[in-house]
Amino acid sequence: MSASDQGVRTERPEDIRAVPVRRPGRWIVAIIVLVVAASIVRAVVTNPHFQWSVVGQYLFDSRILTGMVATIELTVIAMVVGILLGVVLAVMRLSPNPIVSGASWLYIWFFRGTPLLVQILFWYNIAALFPVIALGIPFGPAIVHGSANSIVTAFVAALLALSTNEGAYMAEIVRAGIISVPEGQTEAAQSLGLSRIQTLRRIVLPQAMRVVIPPTGNETISMLKNTSLISVTAYAELTYSAQQIYNVSFQVIPLLIVISIWYLALTSVLYVGQYFIERRYGRGFSRAQRATMASRWLALGRGGGGESAA
Amino acid sequence: MSTPMVLCEGVHKRFGRLEVLKGIDLEVGRGEVMCLLGPSGSGKSTLLRCINHLEKINSGRLSVDGELVGYREGDGKLHELHEKEVASKRAEIGMVFQSFNLFPHMTALENVILAPTCVKGTRRSDARERGAALLERVGLSDKLEVYPVALSGGQQQRVAIARALAMEPKLMLFDEPTSALDPELVGDVLDAMRQLAREGMTMIVVTHEVGFAREVADTVVFMDAGVVVESGPPAEVLGNPRHERTRSFLDKVL
Repeated sequence: MSASDQGVRTERPEDIRAVPVRRPGRWIVAIIVLVVAASIVRAVVTNPHFQWSVVGQYLFDSRILTGMVATIELTVIAMVVGILLGVVLAVMRLSPNPIVSGASWLYIWFFRGTPLLVQILFWYNIAALFPVIALGIPFGPAIVHGSANSIVTAFVAALLALSTNEGAYMAEIVRAGIISVPEGQTEAAQSLGLSRIQTLRRIVLPQAMRVVIPPTGNETISMLKNTSLISVTAYAELTYSAQQIYNVSFQVIPLLIVISIWYLALTSVLYVGQYFIERRYGRGFSRAQRATMASRWLALGRGGGGESAA
Repeated sequence: MSTPMVLCEGVHKRFGRLEVLKGIDLEVGRGEVMCLLGPSGSGKSTLLRCINHLEKINSGRLSVDGELVGYREGDGKLHELHEKEVASKRAEIGMVFQSFNLFPHMTALENVILAPTCVKGTRRSDARERGAALLERVGLSDKLEVYPVALSGGQQQRVAIARALAMEPKLMLFDEPTSALDPELVGDVLDAMRQLAREGMTMIVVTHEVGFAREVADTVVFMDAGVVVESGPPAEVLGNPRHERTRSFLDKVL
């Protein structure tokens, strides 16, 4: 066949129709998985101890919903403070000043090295350590002061514990993000006359975000669940609210199921949020947006259609 | 006679124990184009980086437009410049890198207008207008809103040139601007540089493009192992090199 021949060909060649390879293994594995799944579902549905009717009764109980609002509040505030703290600590850690980077290292070492539950108890009992909290000149006179018990309420103690702990983890995540930005970016920005702060804010951090966001999503999900540890301080977040109910009614299992449902619902919402934030900071990093599972489902809902670049 | 744009007198630069520049003497006049040639590791890029305050020199004197780089002279001593002063000096010098170093999270136009708005305080609308004109000048008027990832290497490098020009520099430094490009994309970038040279921009170009050097340069400098081996008009250095090292290098690259 000559070259000119190929150039004018218009009809499509016939597709190959071959006998597919038989894969009995796939069928066997699929059947095993389905049988196991069915037996788990059967056990869950038929076991009367799950008390599904009680679950339904408490799912929208006002005490549970109030507890959930408290959990969301704690998660959001502690995460925001934790992220800000993390950025500051990461920048400090990368500072050329050894005292500044050393201080950041020490902070991270301490807060990552002790259990969160212990830190929560410390903050909750801070009044035993510092009965009076004063704000003033170091080693000098105090300007404002008050009793620790009145300033550090259970809510404040919870926030302090969660956000200071989160700051240490976020610092490492942000630092990894900053390091991931190639040096040439900083040099290009500096050669244009941008200051160190401008370079950090306009060039380095926005690019670091792409690396920082997936683990931060992870952290937010952990945070949401770690708020349940706050129940030890008798602060009425979701888990403690459930405990209060089952301490009276003794319906422990159904109430644990109730809060598990809510925790799952909340983490699912976070999945969706993370997808959109990732897409926002992924701009300029791939020619066509990679079709993630979430986008494929969304596209399905809109009746198909791919994402375009930029 | 006016002060030269760049003046190097006995410039030394060490990285630890490795001496990269061993006493460089150079002079680049206003509106002059100087091409730096030499094997890799000869210190060409380091010299450019020193001129742009990206590296500090260890001894000698280096001045741009009559002012010392990185230091200020006062009561017989040299004083280190504050970070802000260094930044404002850098803003007057444009630099184009081998690996382009465009900001990937910004469109071509955003790359170009960042420094004018951020450093000079130019109004955004004015900067956009000027940025669009600069991108048109390098032949990219249809790529304003495109992210770097969707541009070819040659297009990216031309955006980088426009980005440097947006600060209206008095001196442009090119660090092997075409070395990372596919051969068929080199021409467009060299054209943009040629045009710039015609407009009277002072330029120092580290390059392996001997043809470009022959055609555009006023002075060609051949460096090897941290010293200037020979320098002069392109016809002399490239056409009739006096040193054996220059000759053997040219034999290899031509």
